[in-house]
Amino acid sequence: MRTRLAGLELDNPIMAAAGCAGTGRELARFFDIARLGAVATKSVTLEPRAGRPAPRMSESPSGMVGAVGLQGPGIEVFLQRDLPWLQSQGGTAVVSVAGSGPDEYADVARRLTAAAGAAMIEVNLSCPDPAAQGRDFADVPAEAARVVRAVRGAAEDGVPVFAKLAADAADPVALAEACVEAGADGLSMVNCLRGMAVDPVTLRPAPAGGVGGVSGPAIRPIAVGCVYRTRAALPEVPLIGMGGVQTGADALEFLAAGASAVAVGTMNFADPSACVRILRELQQLLEERGVDRVGDVVGAAHRPTGAAVPGR
Amino acid sequence: MSDNGPVQTRSPVLTVRRVDAYHAITVVAPQIAERFRSGQFLSVGVGGEHSGMLLRRPFAIHDVKPDYGGTVEFLFAVRGPGTAWLAERRSQDLLDVVGPLGRPFPLPRDPVNCLLVGGGSGAAPLFPLAHALRRRGCRVDFVLGASSADRVFSAISARRIAETATFTTDDGSFGVRGRVTDALERVAADARSDVVYACGPMPMLGRVAGAAGRLDLPAQVAVEEAMGCGTGLCMSCVVPVVGEDGFTRMARACVDGPVFRAERVRFDDVGTIPFDALGAPGWKPWSDDPGAEGAPEREAG
Repeated sequence: MRTRLAGLELDNPIMAAAGCAGTGRELARFFDIARLGAVATKSVTLEPRAGRPAPRMSESPSGMVGAVGLQGPGIEVFLQRDLPWLQSQGGTAVVSVAGSGPDEYADVARRLTAAAGAAMIEVNLSCPDPAAQGRDFADVPAEAARVVRAVRGAAEDGVPVFAKLAADAADPVALAEACVEAGADGLSMVNCLRGMAVDPVTLRPAPAGGVGGVSGPAIRPIAVGCVYRTRAALPEVPLIGMGGVQTGADALEFLAAGASAVAVGTMNFADPSACVRILRELQQLLEERGVDRVGDVVGAAHRPTGAAVPGR
Repeated sequence: MSDNGPVQTRSPVLTVRRVDAYHAITVVAPQIAERFRSGQFLSVGVGGEHSGMLLRRPFAIHDVKPDYGGTVEFLFAVRGPGTAWLAERRSQDLLDVVGPLGRPFPLPRDPVNCLLVGGGSGAAPLFPLAHALRRRGCRVDFVLGASSADRVFSAISARRIAETATFTTDDGSFGVRGRVTDALERVAADARSDVVYACGPMPMLGRVAGAAGRLDLPAQVAVEEAMGCGTGLCMSCVVPVVGEDGFTRMARACVDGPVFRAERVRFDDVGTIPFDALGAPGWKPWSDDPGAEGAPEREAG
């Protein structure tokens, strides 16, 4: 079940997605987190952040709209408390970094690599760019590239840097290309899509923060499409696929579309054992097909019609 | 994966019954029954395996019985499609249950006089608490309130368990017309209460906290805030809570609570990010105290 992501080898391709797995501690009450390929932590910022006011979440058809606002304790507490704990559990830590500009991103990445313990840095580009009212870094390929370049420059060479992109960019493939050009070793696709819900009683935004992120199975076809298109355009770039993964079959779908690993997000809220269940289901599906290397199914959907189907 | 942490089970429904204006479901969940301490809650998946309703629903645990293989009863009001689906469950249906979740009510070491204050269905967790306190030799007095008579929860059991039980309704259809806080001070004086435990809607808890403060009584409150997961992952159920170091943090009701010391909860600021909360725009970072964290210290009593 091993898989490779830009020099990083994972025991298996199932990860917990950033922002949906806390720092691993919450999930560890339900299963041994070392069983996962990796755990992506909540996005870490330089200083503590209080996030947005409650209510922060609203259920939507087959998904949810969330507006948490990157609440977190800041990089220093993360390095003292959370990262060592994750390591002590034998977990592979993918650390998501966020910031309000390339300098802050780079500062977080620098402190992170100085402290060691992060197996990979994931750059959360769905953060508001203070220089552009209401726009995220990921909305403008050149701005996203600036952030990625800053992080790549600050992080140690041995630590892969993945850019995390949302599917609602004007041109997700152009954005992916800009990030790779700027030094991203791989791409995480996709972050939640912008959306909102209105409370039918108060007629006010249901998450108080207004526009939030839509996630869950509702966005899965969009996410699979993004992975598929990016793989076609950049076949050499390793991808982590995510977006509404609910079952092992969903994970297999992302692998076939071109992802080398698959992260489980919102389903962790619905089912705290989702990651290990999906891993078990995927394992079983691969066994049934007689596939013993994950790599054999990665990108299978891109093979020409009539080519051998893995395990069939 | 400790032995006292929460577990996830597929639990058969034993009974679904009406209790006043509410529904109560009893499920067979011995591991949850074993670990449960009063104040803790559970969360239930709704809508079945292929449901579009993704988020779990949190419910207070109302009753735990070690017999029949260990059962747990939770209470709910039908408020939307998820709770409507739950109300239609029948005996032997399976429910995906996670629990027990959250920090329980701290119990006093010595037998003291305890005043239990509940609003509406929020009174549910006070019943196992009352039993636990009685087992410790504490005196228990109840003040239960609701909008109308049919929403005053389990008045008969309250009378049975407690030394005294006082009821208030907004419309005067049962007990005294008014709010629980109108009766609280008199009952506390009559019963010589030493400590207040409260559970119910946030505005009520805020008033109880104020009254307890005026009476100089320590109070423990179990807060209500909308939850997405109940396990601490989704960060949606935050409440501004002052830590032992004096700093306000946005604490998660599900894992840092739901029980907090009343004077630590900033009830007037619920639903906001107070300007001085750790990491809020008005908060000033400091560099020499990396011990400042995102969650409050766990404190007992």
